[in-house]
Amino acid sequence: MPLSVVLLACLVFLLVTMTAGAAIGSVPLTPSQVWHVVVAGIAGHAPNTVAGIIVWQIRLPRVLLAAVVGAALTTAGSVVQVLVRNALADPFLLGVSSGASVGATAVLLLGAFASLGVWAISVGSVLGSLAAMAAVFLVSRTGSSLSPTQLILCGVVMSALFESVTSFLIFRGNPQATQAVLFWLLGSFGLASWNQLPIPAAALAGAMVYLMAQGRTLNALAMGSEPAASLGVDVRRLRRNLFIVTSLIAGVAVAVSGIIGFVGLVVPHIVRLMVGSDHRRVLPAGVLFGASFMVLGDLLARTIVAPQEMPIGVITAFIGAPTLIVLIRRHPYLYGATQ
Amino acid sequence: MSLQLDDLSVDIGGRRIVTGIDLTVGDRQFAGLVGPNGSGKSTILKTVYRVHRPSAGRVLLDDTDLLSLGHKDTARRIAVVTQESASEFDFNVREMVMIGRTPHKRSFERDTDTDHEIADHAMERVGCEQLASRRFNTLSGGEKQLVLVARALAQEADHLILDEPTNHLDIHHQVEILEIVSGLGVTVLAALHELSLAALFCEAIHVLRAGQIVAAGSPADVLTPETILQAYGADVLVIEHPDTGTPHLIPRRIQPASGAGPDAGDSSPDPPAPPGVT
Repeated sequence: MPLSVVLLACLVFLLVTMTAGAAIGSVPLTPSQVWHVVVAGIAGHAPNTVAGIIVWQIRLPRVLLAAVVGAALTTAGSVVQVLVRNALADPFLLGVSSGASVGATAVLLLGAFASLGVWAISVGSVLGSLAAMAAVFLVSRTGSSLSPTQLILCGVVMSALFESVTSFLIFRGNPQATQAVLFWLLGSFGLASWNQLPIPAAALAGAMVYLMAQGRTLNALAMGSEPAASLGVDVRRLRRNLFIVTSLIAGVAVAVSGIIGFVGLVVPHIVRLMVGSDHRRVLPAGVLFGASFMVLGDLLARTIVAPQEMPIGVITAFIGAPTLIVLIRRHPYLYGATQ
Repeated sequence: MSLQLDDLSVDIGGRRIVTGIDLTVGDRQFAGLVGPNGSGKSTILKTVYRVHRPSAGRVLLDDTDLLSLGHKDTARRIAVVTQESASEFDFNVREMVMIGRTPHKRSFERDTDTDHEIADHAMERVGCEQLASRRFNTLSGGEKQLVLVARALAQEADHLILDEPTNHLDIHHQVEILEIVSGLGVTVLAALHELSLAALFCEAIHVLRAGQIVAAGSPADVLTPETILQAYGADVLVIEHPDTGTPHLIPRRIQPASGAGPDAGDSSPDPPAPPGVT
């Protein structure tokens, strides 16, 4: 199937899920009401009606943030799987999430960055993920190269270390704040607002421009680092850049949404089954499909036990785990089985 | 003077793996690199295709130092076929071959009709065009190796490095791969394990032992029982191939086979002590 057809189908699917995300809720709206508000809002005067406020102030920023985070985690996951050449890799493998946990936990339990108000958690988790990323990068570097196995091992080890710091903070913290930490760790878009959108959206856009420029060399790197070198790829530089780019977009995503598992692991596999392994197809399709997946997950998270909200990490794991198992069983040769 | 290694030494992890290698592969020559496991064959080849950097000495491509070329410029001159390795990623054969076009393309540049024609032609030359839409991971070992040769061809380089490309292949595919490569009219430097096969295809053979070249020359000059004993510590008989007159190596048992022929045990000079005897 031509790429343009696939992308068009993914785009239509995304628009449908986003419309559903903005229409469904405690006050049900029709798609036409939603689009009426969106069109007016884009023109600069969102209607001051109930529907207008619900869509423009509450649901739309939430849906858009879910879409951006879903796209970012899927992109980071697709690239990390190439970077470490392992189908079981996810964006959090390299320490991003555990570092972010330390930062966010420190904010919630110790009151770090209290002067930053609502931004404190985001700043704390970004700093935490940057620190973890730098630590993994420095520890796994031998000479000037990053080997896949060393990256995985150092990522896993450093993650365990950071997680124990989080556990220590929780152990020392008070029970109420611990509740907040637990909720944050499981991920949520409940606090979404317009002003949270620009940074992750810009990070994703910048990363996509860089990664699409590398589409061909990503394919070469998927062959392994030595074949990639023989195809004229400067493997060391490429690995380093991919490490930085994926850690940054995953870190920014975690900062606005908490740690949402399984999306960055499962969605890249679903996308590869749809469009093949050529990254010039995987990356754009992944952005659109990952966004749809997360918007749907968030819709389920806030409707399934309404008026309460389920942590979205629960939903993505419940959808993601069986999906991945079905994929592995249907395509055994892709996952290491011999004929 | 197509490809020249000039006093090349390579260190990996602080250890010197190969020392003072002088080796020249002439224009369109098929040269073989042989030697026991761990003698440095792959290290030399990987230095030529720029996975490793020389610690001393140079690699010269038509008298130009390789390190003065960009990575892409190098890949337009030197293509590589190694042993097939399993891929985590599910590319089809056409996509695999098209990846050979990587060094010829800039960022964002699309695949053109010319690229597709080059890939088609490469697949025809190795006879794998009927596999074009198959998934690479579902192919047999021999088919995979043909596809990797096609990918190297799509790279349109005038030098080809082969790193034990026929390992694990059946005898038909071993001969087929080397036959295709020797008919390409490019300069070839190939690390080969199968010495009789190397003798059949190589115009020159360089023998490595412990990171140094211990013999070089035509197959008939180099593949002698003495050299093989020196390089490998293996006792072999060498006979002439009835078709080509090239040396053909016949391995001998270290211990006489039980119930073997009348001369068993007598003909091997200096048999090593059997394992377990202390």
